[in-house]
Amino acid sequence: MVDYIWIIIALPLTGAVFLHFFGTRMGEPAAGAVASATIGLSFLYALAAAADFFTGSGEAEAVHLFDWIPALGANAQLLWDPLSAVMTLTVTGVGTLIHVYSIGYMHGDPRYGRFFTNLNFFAASMLILVLADNFGLLFVGWELVGLSSYMLISFWFTRPSAAAAGKKAFIVNRVGDVGFLVGLMLILANFNTLTYGAVLENPARFVTAGTATAITLLLLLGAVGKSAQIPLFFWLPDAMEGPTPVSALIHAATMVTAGVYMVARTASLFELSSFSAGTVATIGAFTALFAATIALTQRDIKRVLAYSTISQLGYMFLAVGSGAYIAGIFHLVTHAFFKALLFLGSGSVIHALNDEQDMAKMGGLRKVMPVTHATMVVGWLAIIGIPPLAGFWSKDEILAIAFGEGGWFTFLWVIGLITALLTAVYMTRWMYLTFWGESRWEDGVEPHESPPIMTVPLIGLAVGGAFFGLLNTPFRGPLRPAFEHFLEPSFEGVIAMAHIPSGATPWNLATISVVAAALGALFAYRRYRGARAYEIPPFASKRTGVWRWVGAGYYVDDIIGNLLVLPGKLVAAWTAFVFDNEVIDGSVRAVGGGVRRIGGWLRPLQTGFVRSYAAVTFAGVVGLLVWFVARGVG
Amino acid sequence: MDVTAGWYLALGAALFVIGASGMLLRRNALVMFMSIELMLNAVNLNFVVIGRHTGDLNGQVAVFFVMVVAAAEVVVGLAIMIAVFRRRASASVDDLATLKG
Amino acid sequence: MDFNVLSLLIWLPVAGAAIVIGLPRRRPELVVPVAFALSILTLGLAGFVVVDFDLSNPGFQFVEKTAIWSDLGIDYNLGVDGISLFLVALTSFLFPIAIVASVNITDRRKEFMATLLLLEGALIGVFLSLDLILFFVFFEVLLVPMYFLIGLWGGERRLEAALKFFLYTALGSAFLLVGIIFLSAQANDQFGSPTFNYLELLNLDISTTTQYWLFAAFGIAFAIKVPLFPFHTWLPDAHTEAPTAGSVILAGVLLKMGTYGFLRFNLNLFPHAAVELAGFLAALAVVGIIYGAVVAIVQPDIKRLVAYSSVSHLGFVILGIFALTSQGVSGGVIQMVNHGLTTGALFLLVGMIYERRHTREISAYGGIQKVMPLFAGFFLFTVFASAGLPGLNGFVGEFLILLGSYARHPILAIIAAVGVLLAAVYLLWAYERVFTGELDSDENRALTDIGVREIGILVPIVALIIFLGVYPKPVLDRIEPAVERVLDRIEDRTGFDSPLRISDVTTDGVEVTP
Repeated sequence: MVDYIWIIIALPLTGAVFLHFFGTRMGEPAAGAVASATIGLSFLYALAAAADFFTGSGEAEAVHLFDWIPALGANAQLLWDPLSAVMTLTVTGVGTLIHVYSIGYMHGDPRYGRFFTNLNFFAASMLILVLADNFGLLFVGWELVGLSSYMLISFWFTRPSAAAAGKKAFIVNRVGDVGFLVGLMLILANFNTLTYGAVLENPARFVTAGTATAITLLLLLGAVGKSAQIPLFFWLPDAMEGPTPVSALIHAATMVTAGVYMVARTASLFELSSFSAGTVATIGAFTALFAATIALTQRDIKRVLAYSTISQLGYMFLAVGSGAYIAGIFHLVTHAFFKALLFLGSGSVIHALNDEQDMAKMGGLRKVMPVTHATMVVGWLAIIGIPPLAGFWSKDEILAIAFGEGGWFTFLWVIGLITALLTAVYMTRWMYLTFWGESRWEDGVEPHESPPIMTVPLIGLAVGGAFFGLLNTPFRGPLRPAFEHFLEPSFEGVIAMAHIPSGATPWNLATISVVAAALGALFAYRRYRGARAYEIPPFASKRTGVWRWVGAGYYVDDIIGNLLVLPGKLVAAWTAFVFDNEVIDGSVRAVGGGVRRIGGWLRPLQTGFVRSYAAVTFAGVVGLLVWFVARGVG
Repeated sequence: MDVTAGWYLALGAALFVIGASGMLLRRNALVMFMSIELMLNAVNLNFVVIGRHTGDLNGQVAVFFVMVVAAAEVVVGLAIMIAVFRRRASASVDDLATLKG
Repeated sequence: MDFNVLSLLIWLPVAGAAIVIGLPRRRPELVVPVAFALSILTLGLAGFVVVDFDLSNPGFQFVEKTAIWSDLGIDYNLGVDGISLFLVALTSFLFPIAIVASVNITDRRKEFMATLLLLEGALIGVFLSLDLILFFVFFEVLLVPMYFLIGLWGGERRLEAALKFFLYTALGSAFLLVGIIFLSAQANDQFGSPTFNYLELLNLDISTTTQYWLFAAFGIAFAIKVPLFPFHTWLPDAHTEAPTAGSVILAGVLLKMGTYGFLRFNLNLFPHAAVELAGFLAALAVVGIIYGAVVAIVQPDIKRLVAYSSVSHLGFVILGIFALTSQGVSGGVIQMVNHGLTTGALFLLVGMIYERRHTREISAYGGIQKVMPLFAGFFLFTVFASAGLPGLNGFVGEFLILLGSYARHPILAIIAAVGVLLAAVYLLWAYERVFTGELDSDENRALTDIGVREIGILVPIVALIIFLGVYPKPVLDRIEPAVERVLDRIEDRTGFDSPLRISDVTTDGVEVTP
């Protein structure tokens, strides 16, 4: 079973190739059905291959496919262990539901077939990423998901904003990738291979803490880019230009979590450097808070969720930085469920309102979209952390572990707690503006419930969002932390330092955070209960003072644009048109011109009169004669 | 009066100077040609004289070369001149200054 | 050896040029098929050499040797090793494509095709020559057909560009000739008779100071050809004015003569100087990587953009070669091939759109993905190959070069990594401006998508790009032994211990402990 693990990648890849050539001809819904079937089969295969891990009898296995670049220790070799199994199941499981949903969502799009080509290709790339057994192949997946993300964000390429957003996403990711690449240089230089086995098993044999710090900080730069953390977070909100299923699959559930996965995968390296681990946690906590404040102010239904995703990814970083790798992965999985759910729900709303994304023109959809509303309530409760839904278990585990770490991490815990409160505020606001209160639809818009092909995946994700958290409760007995046991073999030797504080502390902490969430929700309830259209845009009544800053995303885009992009273009233009043209090519032309000028000086000698040539010749002969005679040769 | 080699050389020098002066001073291409011939033959004379004086046959061999080259040169030169004369109706070399740099 | 396959590789296209010229003037429709058939035949021969190549032999194979002028030690001496093998293959692969891409040339078509075939023979000759005079003759002779390609069939400023190209590179060649003659004189002193035989010259014992001078003489010629910063300004001019086939060959193969020359001659003949000057050249290469990329970002002319991207990409090749590690040099060699494919494809694509719209200005386009979806697909694919996307060929080379050069030039390698980012910037920005957005001008709306012939010439390149990206093993297996030999030689001669060799790397990842 495990020997043929490549089938998991090959299925969606074959689907992508097949649809590339025949997708347009097949049309809908056949193209969507093929795409969904390939990834669905991948899920089933992964489930079967992971069976041994469920029973606890499975062993991590590396499967060699073929030589790729052996000179760097990077071959086409896959690793099947509990961690990659969890990631594979998440990607294929959530991915299947989103594929199915897209069959309905993309209905009527002229490039229907092409959409599924790209979606399938993304799934294959993401699976390469999570199944790779060396950093080289990891990087292949890492970049290929960036490519699919680029193509899917700018899927509606006739919109300039979509094309620009795709490019921005790819380039900002590449900034991180430069760090990643340099990290790989250091890894090869120190370990003489890129293969996980040799690098990650007890890396202290080869590197000092200092080198490990350098390597991990560079890898972190890559992770920060992919997972949209400070300072490379600003591409993700723009990425919402893509079709909503893309936002759900790539920019919420899977691709953006690659950074978290990578940190978890290289846990043994991060364990060598408490500085790097602390940096991860700090970046995570601050990003969580920062993005949550922006989410408070957005009026685009998807941008709220985008900032929310950045914020939740911050939690995951906080977790893996605190050494709570399993908690981080756990939150990754629960978040995949409820955030994909929320995105698909917003897609359903957008669809119902004829592509309206402004929440100021929504409201009161509860009655006309009962299924979507019901599933969204689940997603809402899950993300703000109300027990017993998934978000509660995973988020509170992270907060508890951060608290237990003590010291600086206690401060990060406070930030996490504030973020939890803000999350409750903005998500309740989101629910109010969209589903509750009175309707503010534009004239002539008649919302309707989405077809079953879209609502069934919503229900599937809602079930996951509601109950998945029960797989990892701190209780004994039937609710024992199954997820932790499942993943433990992947973190042998590095797991020791992260644990939930014992005694009554976790219960007190959980109570605090649930109270915070409830307070946030209550506040938003009172604030938006009777919200009128003109009151929607700002968080406060008028967008003044600090809220104007927050509403504009702290002007990060403008700062980047004016301090980096614009000067960059000026420097490039100066180099190209002044330096290259005037100085470099100028000196080349000067050499040519110099030869020409010397020629010009000599030119009058050529009078064209035969007799003057003869005179010069004669003078020359006489001169020679005189010289000979003078030397006494003549 | 004994005619020594010196006389012949003096004659050669005189002929050469006449030829060179004609070359430098005259404008008519035909005359310039004759001046060149004069110079070549002055040199020929010197070759023969010095060859005889030193008893070396090479002097006379060189003369044959010069004569052959002179003949070839005249053929080409006259052909060019006729072509030019047909176009310009003038044999003055000063009119042919189109190769001025 | 039953037949002299290498000679045939050189002289078949040359004879082909004569055949094409001799075709009857009233049968113009024969020109392209005949030229194409001849180039395909050459490709077949090259294919035979690649397949028949002995992997276990790191030295020269298929060697042919006949004395031309024994007094001076000039031989007709040919051979192929892992370094030149794929350059020959690349050359013979690109020419049929260039020929098919030029079927729309109506002005003096016969002469055009003959010029191309002549160029092919000379280029293959450069890569196969084992005699320095023979090398130099081919190196110089091919300037002539290239000059005419640009000067006769080029754009508006073709004469200026052709002259600049010719004079600039001829200037470099003057230094090269002096260097070659000096080497032969050294041979005369040491062996008692002059020789231009590369294999014999390898045994010369040259003092370090002399090596520096000779390295510089050879180096200037090759640096201009590559072109290495700051000798690059002829390239954008030549590229913009050349016809499509000329650009493809210029970028695809001609520039590789420079990088090949560095690797074949500078590294092997002057190992001391090479080791000492490696840092300097690698630094120049990195300057070129960043500089070419930065300048490419703002180019308004799409062909100039691709030309500057060549400067950047060839910087990677030079960086790899002067990393003096197995990984770096192998990466450099495979990157030569990769760059030939991707940049060749980019020039083909630009040529296709130029044929339709007659402008190279990026600002004249916009949103044409809507009317030319197939073309856009091919273009985007090539853009990503050029930007070094993993899974495609460019990545294998860049990855080997970057990781291989870190061992020796860590700072330079890190700076070079930024070039990977900049490549994405200039290529994607150009793509955005040409293909996406609103389709707002009538000329653009009237564009037609590429046809069967155009798809036919792109598909083989695309196939190779994917193949080399996913399964580079057959290529690396042939390159690596030859590269190892070069480094062994350097170590043997100078005592230089390369910081990273193939044997240093462990690939056993089968035993995995998570």
